[in-house]
Amino acid sequence: MPELKTTPLHSRHVAAGALMSPFAGFDMPIQYSSIEEEHKAVRTACGVFDVSHMGEVNVSGPAAEAFVNYIFSNDITGAPIGQVFYGMMLNGSGGVVDDLLVYKRADDSFLLVINASNIAKDVAWIESHADGFDVEIDNLSDQLAEIALQGPESERVMSEVLGINVADLKFYTFREELLDGRHILVSRTGYTGEDGFEIYGPADAIASYWDALMESGRVKPCGLGCRDTLRFEVGLPLYGNELTDEITPVEACLSMFVKTDKPDFIGRQAIVDQKTAGPARKLVGLRMEGRAIPRHGYEVTDTEGNVIGVVTTGYRGISLDESIAAALVATELTAKDTRVMVRIRNKVWPATVTSRKFYNKSYKK
Amino acid sequence: MSKLYYSATHEYANVEGNIAFVGITDYAQHQLGNVVYVDMPEEGDEVTAGEEFGAVESVKAASDLISPVTGTVLEVNEALEENPRLVNEDPMANWIIKVEITDPASLEQLMDKEAYDKMIAE
Repeated sequence: MPELKTTPLHSRHVAAGALMSPFAGFDMPIQYSSIEEEHKAVRTACGVFDVSHMGEVNVSGPAAEAFVNYIFSNDITGAPIGQVFYGMMLNGSGGVVDDLLVYKRADDSFLLVINASNIAKDVAWIESHADGFDVEIDNLSDQLAEIALQGPESERVMSEVLGINVADLKFYTFREELLDGRHILVSRTGYTGEDGFEIYGPADAIASYWDALMESGRVKPCGLGCRDTLRFEVGLPLYGNELTDEITPVEACLSMFVKTDKPDFIGRQAIVDQKTAGPARKLVGLRMEGRAIPRHGYEVTDTEGNVIGVVTTGYRGISLDESIAAALVATELTAKDTRVMVRIRNKVWPATVTSRKFYNKSYKK
Repeated sequence: MSKLYYSATHEYANVEGNIAFVGITDYAQHQLGNVVYVDMPEEGDEVTAGEEFGAVESVKAASDLISPVTGTVLEVNEALEENPRLVNEDPMANWIIKVEITDPASLEQLMDKEAYDKMIAE
């Protein structure tokens, strides 16, 4: 097994006694106190996550916009500088190479923020499709650290603890600034369904922010455990669960991030065809009757026992006291209130199809 | 007088005569964190030493329960259905299943307290 990588904040996690576990090749904190406590802190106050494992790739040059538009499902044409876009890189079959954020830094410069688990695959993918485009591709993943400050108190903590005034920063926008001689990027984005910010910068800057946040006592340090329960509850997808090379955004109900009316891009035709024909399977929410917990990979069957789908993510709910899941299910069984079964170890348990949004997002737009 | 046995997969068997109370160790409940669900067999089910008989789940993950003994389930701890967190509070008092041992030889594979404590200290 290859040696695990660490983030610049690793020694702080270990010293604080966080439960550490391998994730996407990094030794990452899973929880500091408990997943439930950290989850609630983000919903009601403010939590901070070390997300330095995320990958960053800069695409620049005269053809940068055309190239990013060619490999990315959303439409960045003519966007203002400082805009952030969510979308996917698709393969020729419409499957998802990765889901990512694109930051427009200049008319000829874009930062792509990608999943840690996909860095090598994505960089190879991006480079292999750049022929004929006058662009420079820089993998900055090892140079940039990142923290995410999430929760309703985040805006005040950013300004009062870190001295970063973000009152004027709109949802899905960012700015770059020089703070104490260090170049940082701050965006109003996140992965929890709450208002919040993500800060990218060199390791020493990010480490000093982390320390200031801890010292303030106003922010709960959070691990990846609650990052997953938070994003799942509000219906946000996780690559490897709801999105893979084999699952399309149409199936994952994310078509709004695929702009088929823009000039050609990789995967466009497959998506147009699938939308015309209708997808054979779709992502839904499931509510279990009873306490049994559906987990990633468990089979979903109809009431006769025929396999009709698979659980992509499942939990015992935190904001609601029920066992809940997201599942990819045959389209004919995706109507709300349809009864299905989930095979959990050697038993089957009844469940009801519902919305994937088990908790309402509260973004500040 | 009862005697305590431990498995390498962190279950205990508290044995009195041919009856075993089976649960997870204090070390195991610590490693798991808050227990949110215990998947238990039914009364009358057969369990086999070294084989799965259920699962104990935290928010994050499900861990299989491996039976330390071979026998018949006489009783499941129904209190855990409503309040699985009892396993965290006192894992020894809150056993998971009560088993009538049908193969006493299955106990020979298990550790005593001293050996188990030594294993988890390593």
